[in-house]
Amino acid sequence: MADQTTQTTQPTNMDLLRFATAGSVDDGKSTLIGRLLLDSKSIFADQLEAVEATSASKGYDYTDLALLTDGLRSEREQGITIDVAYRYFATPNRKFIIADTPGHVQYTRNMVTGASTADLGLVLVDARQGLTEQSRRHAVILSLLRVPHLVLAVNKMDLVDFSEEVYEKIHAEFTQFATKLNIPDLEVIPISALAGDNVVNRSENMSWYSGPTLMHHLEHVHVASDRDLVDVRFPVQYVVRPKSDEHHDYRGYGGMVAGGILKPGDEVVVLPSGMTSKIAGIDLFDREITEAFPPMSVTVRLEDDVDVSRGDMIARVKNAPVPSQDIDAMVCWMTTTPLKPRQKLAIKHTTRTARALVKDIQYRLDVNTLHRDQETKELGVNEIGRVQLRTTVPLLCDPYSQNRTTGSFILIDEATGITVGAGMINSAS
Amino acid sequence: MTTTHADYRLSQLDQLEAESIHIFREVAAEFEKPVLMFSGGKDSIVMLRLAEKAFYPAKIPFQLLQIDTGLDFPEVLETRDRWVNRLGVRIVVASIDDAIANGVVVDDGKTSRNRMQTATLLNAIEDNGFTALFGGGRRDEEKARAKERVYSHRDEFGQWDPKMQRPELWSLYNGRIHAGEHMRIFPISNWTELDVWDYIGREGIEIPSIYFSHQRRVFVRDGMLMSETPLNPTRDGEVVEERTVRFRTCGDITLTGCVESTASTIAEIIEEVSVATLTERGATRGDDRFSEAAMEDRKKEGYF
Repeated sequence: MADQTTQTTQPTNMDLLRFATAGSVDDGKSTLIGRLLLDSKSIFADQLEAVEATSASKGYDYTDLALLTDGLRSEREQGITIDVAYRYFATPNRKFIIADTPGHVQYTRNMVTGASTADLGLVLVDARQGLTEQSRRHAVILSLLRVPHLVLAVNKMDLVDFSEEVYEKIHAEFTQFATKLNIPDLEVIPISALAGDNVVNRSENMSWYSGPTLMHHLEHVHVASDRDLVDVRFPVQYVVRPKSDEHHDYRGYGGMVAGGILKPGDEVVVLPSGMTSKIAGIDLFDREITEAFPPMSVTVRLEDDVDVSRGDMIARVKNAPVPSQDIDAMVCWMTTTPLKPRQKLAIKHTTRTARALVKDIQYRLDVNTLHRDQETKELGVNEIGRVQLRTTVPLLCDPYSQNRTTGSFILIDEATGITVGAGMINSAS
Repeated sequence: MTTTHADYRLSQLDQLEAESIHIFREVAAEFEKPVLMFSGGKDSIVMLRLAEKAFYPAKIPFQLLQIDTGLDFPEVLETRDRWVNRLGVRIVVASIDDAIANGVVVDDGKTSRNRMQTATLLNAIEDNGFTALFGGGRRDEEKARAKERVYSHRDEFGQWDPKMQRPELWSLYNGRIHAGEHMRIFPISNWTELDVWDYIGREGIEIPSIYFSHQRRVFVRDGMLMSETPLNPTRDGEVVEERTVRFRTCGDITLTGCVESTASTIAEIIEEVSVATLTERGATRGDDRFSEAAMEDRKKEGYF
């Protein structure tokens, strides 16, 4: 996986960064990912040999690093990427999970999927072309999905003579555009993925650039504070009841902390019933722990024998979401049959599944221009719009801008069982 | 009581563990009859450990399923039995030989055990009515796996259609299936080989002894070191000699090669894995070497 000098065993405090990449083959995205894997020594000899052999058989006089990431045979045949692919590499202090999303086929659906779990979004532009409609679209989607960190990699700097002027122009144009979006942290990095400039190693051709290399930035960007550590949200996932002689009276609520810090002794409320109790203990396997915070999977015990089941939520008495059946959300539609008012769907929100009725489609968002089209009353595949839903049971939700877990949902076609939409809640009432 | 990090940061191994536990609980809550595919290899043992943690102090609320190829390493079966006894779980063993005897699978002398393994598995799923099968597949193993979902849908024929995969967003998994269909669940999708070893080391997990360095009588076939066994007779020109070896994966004894190694502790294995230049499957699995798309083809047919 790496040579001994860069990696022996993973230190126990090694952390994790999930990032999504966006861009098309032409922007050199696959080459960049190949470069990150190669330069972090995450590629094995047999993988590299296979790619070298394929490159040679195609008559290339260079190793096409893009071939490392084209997984399915139909993709290799067509020379395109169909689906979101996940890649892994590690440096001594951080493990990286890349959600590699294709640029052209099903772009919105795939980008939304890849961005949903990302801490950072990496958008590539070709230095010769500058910002394109596609790069703006990628930034809009990353902003909609509230990916807190964005990197704009200005690629192919070698083809513009490593010109500072070209870089500055793209930098200024993008910064201007980004003011319309929610991007808390932006970094613009000039690179050459093919030659490796500013990817892992600092470029000798761009002495005018004083910022970090791409790898340095990925390694050091601070992500732990992106999670909500204030508002306690614990969706109950599974009721643990051993009913054994040894643990006869044990009753615990298994789940993943979605927000806040839970501690034994905390006064809590269980939604939707509204009953209150205190946290008696928090278990992590056979250990009792003093604190649980996102994204830990723990088992919470309560002092009182209140009725709690899957789909309920544990929150603080004075800080809890209001159960609501009327949901206002941005929805990304992912199937060819359009979404229309009066349609009924299954909705999955945290650990709660219900049915939802489409009350209204307020507007369709043009992800290229940010224009709100209020004329069209339906959403086609890969379109995003503002939708009003009425659910059969109350959802225990927060705005997506506050919590990406309690603010998100998926829509499922009840006949086919397929996931057809992804939603980000604006408000609930 | 244990105090957690003061800065509310979870190490990557803790994050992976939390994600896997979340997946186990989600499946146990939503599926009628889940089962854990247990091969006895390190990945399926890590899965078992994660399942143990997910439901503790309750027992694991589902059975294990093993496909008995008749070609398993004895050391692997011994470890399996110890795990099963300690956790008090039930294991369903579906044997290829029984499937052949019952006419479910036809042994024409040309079909590999691997193909027959797939047919035996699909038959066991149908017979037992399993609706969700946990598998130890990891996305770092192979290019076709890099695009597979955590919840991977299989139709009535057990087939995987890579172009019809459901989008998977946030930590919201869609477990809807129709009668006769099932879902393959990969709780350790995001783990790498190194993560698995680090976790085995950290948790002090018991794995089969063949993963550690030992003396073994081996011969070279197709560039791989194979075990001497009556199940796999040597061919002309193949010379058996004793070497110091260990296995990187546990599979069919006739197809799984070993590597020369003196690594006898987890720490030494981790060191070896860190500097390895070949993927674990590329190095030692005859079944994955036939073509660049071998895994993709077998997955489409319903292989793990």
